[in-house]
Amino acid sequence: MTSYSLRRLGQALPVVFLVSTLVFSLIHLIPGDPVEMMLGDGAQPAEVEALRERLGLDRPMGEQYASYMIGLVRGDLGRSLHFDRPVTELLLEHYPATLELALAAMLVALGVSLPLGILAALRRDRALDHTSRFFSLLGVSIPNFWLGPVLILVFAIQLDLFPVSGRSGLASLVLPAITLGTALAGLLTRMVRTSLAEELDRAYLTTARAKGLSRARALVRHALKNALVPVVTVVGLQFGALLTGAIITETIFSWPGLGRLIIQAIRLRDYPLVQGGVLLIALTYVLLNLVTDLVYATLDPRIRYE
Amino acid sequence: MSSRHRVAAASSGSPLAGRIGGAIVVLVILAALFAPWIAPRDPQRQILERRLETPSLEHPLGLDELGRDIASRLLYGARVSLGVGLAVVGFAGLLGTLIGALAGFVGGRLDTIAMRITDVFFAFPGILLAIAMVAVLGPALEHLVFALVTIGWVGYARLVRGQVLQIREQEFVASARSVGVPPARILVRHVLPNVLPALTVQASLGMAGAILAEASLSFLGLGIQPPTPSWGAMINAGRSHLLDAPHLTLFPGLAILVTVMGLNFLGDALVELLDPRRQRGGDGGRATP
Repeated sequence: MTSYSLRRLGQALPVVFLVSTLVFSLIHLIPGDPVEMMLGDGAQPAEVEALRERLGLDRPMGEQYASYMIGLVRGDLGRSLHFDRPVTELLLEHYPATLELALAAMLVALGVSLPLGILAALRRDRALDHTSRFFSLLGVSIPNFWLGPVLILVFAIQLDLFPVSGRSGLASLVLPAITLGTALAGLLTRMVRTSLAEELDRAYLTTARAKGLSRARALVRHALKNALVPVVTVVGLQFGALLTGAIITETIFSWPGLGRLIIQAIRLRDYPLVQGGVLLIALTYVLLNLVTDLVYATLDPRIRYE
Repeated sequence: MSSRHRVAAASSGSPLAGRIGGAIVVLVILAALFAPWIAPRDPQRQILERRLETPSLEHPLGLDELGRDIASRLLYGARVSLGVGLAVVGFAGLLGTLIGALAGFVGGRLDTIAMRITDVFFAFPGILLAIAMVAVLGPALEHLVFALVTIGWVGYARLVRGQVLQIREQEFVASARSVGVPPARILVRHVLPNVLPALTVQASLGMAGAILAEASLSFLGLGIQPPTPSWGAMINAGRSHLLDAPHLTLFPGLAILVTVMGLNFLGDALVELLDPRRQRGGDGGRATP
C-alpha cells in the first residue's frame, strides 16, 4: 500500500505543478493590456504603471513565473486589488462556508440516493425502478441555477419555511444544500442501483443464501459492501465537482463562500483574487482525487497491484 | 454535474424514453430553425408600460422585465442554446477525435504526451476553467465556445483513443495492413468508422452538457450578452423579479430542463443501441460538454 501511495503521490505532484502553471497563464490570456483592463476606461497612465509594478507585470515573464511559484510554496497568492488584503487570507476566510455547503449537499445526495438506489435494485424492472430512473434523470437534467430560485420561491417566499439567502444557522443551509445536491443525488441513485443489481446476480450471493444466510443479511453483509466500492470513488470525485457547483449555488443564495467571492472578484476585475480562488478550488480537487484513489485502493486491493 | 456522469446515470434506458427524448430534441431543433416564422412577436420589441405582465392569450408566456414577449425570446433562445451546443460538440469532437485517434493509432511518445495533457485537464474542474477563461477573455459568444471546447475535447480524445487501441488490434486491421494498405488509410477507412457509435453517444450527452454549461455561464453574466436572448441569461434577469413575476424565471428554466432531459433520454437510448459496452459507466469523470 505504501508503494502505491507513493507512486500515486508522485503522479499528483506534476499535476499540481501544471495546474498552477495553467492558472498563472490565465492572467496572460487577457486580450490587450491586463492592467488597463483591470483599471477600466479612464485610468491615468501613472496609475496603470503603478499597478503594473505592484503586480510585477513589468518584469520579464520568467521572473514573474518564478516569483509566482515561490509565493505559492509560501502560501502567498498576492494582494486583492479591491479588498487590499492578502488573497490567501480572504480565501481562507471564505473556504469553510463552501466546505460546509458541499458537505451538506453530499449528505442530501447520499440521503436520497442510497435508499432509492437500493430499493430500485431490489425491485428491478418494476414500477419503483422505473420511477427512480425517471427521477434520477430529472435530477441530472435540472439546472441548479433554476432549481435554486424555484426552491426560494416555494419554500422561502410562499411557505416561509427557510430564509431566502445568507448563512445564518442550519435552516439557511437547507435550500442551498438541496440545490447543490440534487444533480449528484440523481447520478448516485443510478450508480447505486446499477452496481447493486450487478452484485445481486453474482454466484457468491446464491452460495451465501444456500448456506442459510437471510436475504437481508446477505444483502447488507455481502452485496451492499461490494456494490458500494465504486460508489465511494464517485462520491470522492464528485465532492470536488460540488466545490465548483457551489459557485452558482452561492451566487443564488448569497452564501458567503469561495464561489461567490470568485464571481465577485470576476465582476470587480480583481484578477489576483480570481487566480487565487480558482487555484484553491483546483488544488482541492486534485487532493480529493488523490485521497479518493488511496481510499479506493484500500477498499479494493486489486487496484494496488495493477 | 458532468455529462459523462449522465452516461452513468443514463444506463439501460428504455426504448420508449429514447423515442420521447428524440421527439423532444426534434421539436427543439424545429423551434430553433423556424423561430422567425413561429415566434408570435419580435423578441427585441419592448412594451415598457406592460413589463412583467403575466401570461395571457396575446402573450402566452407573459412579458419580461422590459416588456418583451417571453415565448418569442424562448424560441430565439433555442437557436443560441442549440447553436452553442452544436459548435462546442462539433469543434471539441473534431479536435478530440483527431488527437485521440493519432495518440491511439501512432502510440509511443505521442500517446504519452497526449495522455499526460488530458490528465491535467481531468485534474481541473472543467466548468471552473471555463468560468476563469471567459472571465479573463471577456464575455462573448466566441469566448464562451472557445472555453467550452477547451474543456470539452479531452473527453472525446480519451474515448477515441481507447476505442482506437481496441480496434487496431482486431483482425481486419491486421489484414488490411498485411495487404499493404497505408496506415493513414487504415485509420480513416477502417478504424474511425468503428469509433462512430461511441462518438455519437458521447456527442448526444455532450450536447446536453454544453447547453447546461452555456446556460450556467450566461446565468453568471459570463456568456451571451443582452439583448440576445439566452435561456440562462433570461433566468438571471428574472431572478430579481422572483416575487412579483415568477414566470420570468419559470419558463426559461423549463425550456432548459426539457431540452436537457430530452438529450439525456436520447443519449440513454443510444448507449443501449449503439454502444452496449458502455452501459456500466461511472468512471468518475467530469464535465465534458
